[in-house]
Amino acid sequence: MDIKIIGAGCPNCDQLKANTQQALDQLGLKEEIQRVSSLKEILLLGIMDAPSLLVDGQLLISGQVATVSEIKAKLQPLLK
Amino acid sequence: MSALWTFIEKQVLGMAWLKALTQQLVSLSGLDMEGRLAQSLSFFLYDVAKICLLLSVLIFLISYIQSYFPPQRTKRILGRFHGLLANLMSALLGTVTPFCSCSSIPIFIGFASAGVPVGVSLSFLISSPLVDLGAFVLLLSVFGLKIALSYVVVGIVLAVLGGALLDKLGMENEVEDYIRLAPAAQAQETALTRRDRLIYSKNQVLAILRRVWKYVLAGVAIGALIHNWIPQQWVVSLLGSQNPLSVLLATAVGVPMYADIFGTLPIAEALWQRGAGLGTILAFMMAVTALSLPSLILLKQAVKPRLLAAFTAVVVIGILLIGLGFNAAMPLFL
Repeated sequence: MDIKIIGAGCPNCDQLKANTQQALDQLGLKEEIQRVSSLKEILLLGIMDAPSLLVDGQLLISGQVATVSEIKAKLQPLLK
Repeated sequence: MSALWTFIEKQVLGMAWLKALTQQLVSLSGLDMEGRLAQSLSFFLYDVAKICLLLSVLIFLISYIQSYFPPQRTKRILGRFHGLLANLMSALLGTVTPFCSCSSIPIFIGFASAGVPVGVSLSFLISSPLVDLGAFVLLLSVFGLKIALSYVVVGIVLAVLGGALLDKLGMENEVEDYIRLAPAAQAQETALTRRDRLIYSKNQVLAILRRVWKYVLAGVAIGALIHNWIPQQWVVSLLGSQNPLSVLLATAVGVPMYADIFGTLPIAEALWQRGAGLGTILAFMMAVTALSLPSLILLKQAVKPRLLAAFTAVVVIGILLIGLGFNAAMPLFL
């Protein structure tokens, strides 16, 4: 899986990344999380809301620090 | 009707009940209630509780409204307007969008790359941290309706005119090339259910509380210090409306500071009660919220040095003018 956290580097982005990491751990996934924080890359992805979670090109979380269980709920359908 | 308004102003927004509650709590400690220590303590408890309560309720409401205006939609709305009207729409949309410059700058870039004129995008960038519903209600609770409304109106005017002026100065090509030349990428939009919006609003409240609680505590502590320990004479002579340098001082101190309206409000409240000039206080709050070092550093990635300098200069001069104007017009607000 290609997992990206998008955000220009505020504490909220770190929090979303930490929550996503926890969600991955709980689902037993060993995927790497990529942090996208340069404005240029954010622009090229076409995402304006930060922090966001992009998985395989799909915008799962947009502009908010979702909780671990919310992230898990979004990830689970992708695992089947 | 006016009795109802008084009730709202005193109890709902001013939270007089909370003040009574915290005073009772402090009196349990056995301190002399007329003493400075007890007064500082009750100011601190009351202000922290009031700001956190108002902040949670407000951010929840604003975020719910905000969930109807995701950046992609805001961008489309802006495309329909031209001239000053576009600046005005942009400034107004800035009031219902995120609270932190780390999220408003990516939106600014998205606008600029989608062909929204630079001046219009800049109006958004100025108004977004400066004016929002939360700021309005908090100001209402501390300073009353007239001053809160004036702050909002003047903030919007600064955003509209600032953006328009920067446009006139020929800044169209001063956005970094990678933004202007970027292919129009667009992430898909997801349809939100009511449940999604409620979750979003809850997450915004938590994220913002997590981010601002230290500023609120620091702000209230400084406020309590000013309120009870610094002689009124000092505040009046240094920051009173009669001292024309006070606005300059307030702006110079405020610009590099990174806090937000929730942290600055208790300081403003204490200064106000100790006789500082209204314009001086507003200039301080606007300087703290509109400009900060971290946001300028982030903005530097997106615009060329000439625009960065012009943007900073226009906002600073605007804030100085607003401060001087309010100090001159202060008798109207008393």
